Amino acid sequence: MIKHHPKHELLNSFVEGSLPASLSAAISVHAEMCPICAKNIAMLTEQSASNAFSHDNHSYSDTSSVKQPADYIDMIDLITQSESINEVSEKAPLEIEIKGQTYQLPTALRSMSMTGWHKMGKLSRTRLNLNEGPLHSSLLHIEKDGGVPSHTHKGFELTLLLEGSFEDEMGTYEKGDFIWLTGEHTHHPHTTEGCLCFTVADDALQFTQGISKLLNPIGSFIY
Amino acid sequence: MSFIEIKKTNDFEVLYIMNLSLMNISARSDITIRHSAMNNDEYHQLNTWLYNIAADRDKKAFACLFNWFAPKIIRFGIQKLNTETSANELLQETMSNVWKKAHMFDADKGQATTWVYTIMRNLTFDMLRKIKSNREDTLSDDIWPVAESTMVEDDVFSDHLLTSSLAQHIELLPEAQQTVVKYIYYRELSQEQVANELNIPLGTVKSRLRLALAKLKQQMGESS
Repeated sequence: MIKHHPKHELLNSFVEGSLPASLSAAISVHAEMCPICAKNIAMLTEQSASNAFSHDNHSYSDTSSVKQPADYIDMIDLITQSESINEVSEKAPLEIEIKGQTYQLPTALRSMSMTGWHKMGKLSRTRLNLNEGPLHSSLLHIEKDGGVPSHTHKGFELTLLLEGSFEDEMGTYEKGDFIWLTGEHTHHPHTTEGCLCFTVADDALQFTQGISKLLNPIGSFIY
Repeated sequence: MSFIEIKKTNDFEVLYIMNLSLMNISARSDITIRHSAMNNDEYHQLNTWLYNIAADRDKKAFACLFNWFAPKIIRFGIQKLNTETSANELLQETMSNVWKKAHMFDADKGQATTWVYTIMRNLTFDMLRKIKSNREDTLSDDIWPVAESTMVEDDVFSDHLLTSSLAQHIELLPEAQQTVVKYIYYRELSQEQVANELNIPLGTVKSRLRLALAKLKQQMGESS
């Protein structure tokens, strides 16, 4: 059973479209597996829509530049000239293979481009090329009986468990769990059955360079 | 023992939220919707316009819908995208999508405002991503996929389908919709089978069926 969910504030930013793609995708994947969050997202979306389209919202007061309906005639004509209608296209799911296992990626991740897999012991990682500045998104695969050495986070580290399970000092995590860790947490994740995770972390630039890289190869490898 | 260090940044709005964020153990189920200033007549009006656009490609209905949404989309666009040019682009793209996707709107599943909002929000997301991350990968359709429509409930219609009055109404449907309805209800083919047989995409079968059922509901409602 899913026990870890995105905070209310994150869901709210998600429905407003103001989260980066990496975190939006993580919430989308979680909601696909979590009916409680899916329901809350539906309600928040209705709320946001209602706010955006209400009459009593006059925060944009520069009425001189608000066009009158007559000015829109050209735009309306242009749009309605189109005869075509959009169909719901059903894209094939994307499958990935790592260490002899095949996984079907969730919808939200299927169009993201990936680097090749980097492997180190029981860990394998591929970076998703989202180009979001300090945010680094990856797929992390840990073979059974593998783990990550004890570490903490100065910013944040989001782990969304796509398949399998793992446990750390704070508990056991299962498929669909949305695990948000910050500097308050030090943990040493370990998996018995193996797992595939989608991770997002804001990475320290200085950390991938120079002496810290030598001291801490695993940090820059994973996140 | 290794430490992962992370630099603070203000690049994304989310980072403010993160500062507030601790581990969240339980999902909230206490979110409630505040009632908006819109009344039922207005919701009904929006639904009718959308229906007329889908069924008849009704340009007048589209102009009405456009004028209702335009100032609000512009306001939203200026808030999110900062320039009037971008806001206008958002307006054109949003309403163009409404014109082309009206047949996918299902009033039983949610408000028209929510439906238009999701189109507008998705386009805004992709436009912002283009600006911030220099990517044109239009991820929004994958992040917020259109819920697969399972709108045909067999038990709703199957009892009535054999009645002659419904049969008459079916004969009045446009030919393409009629064919799909007959294949599914008379020949009892699945939507996939109909798509194969007619050599059209599954999405087309679904949208024709949706339009046909909406039209039938309306006609049956009027005549009863």
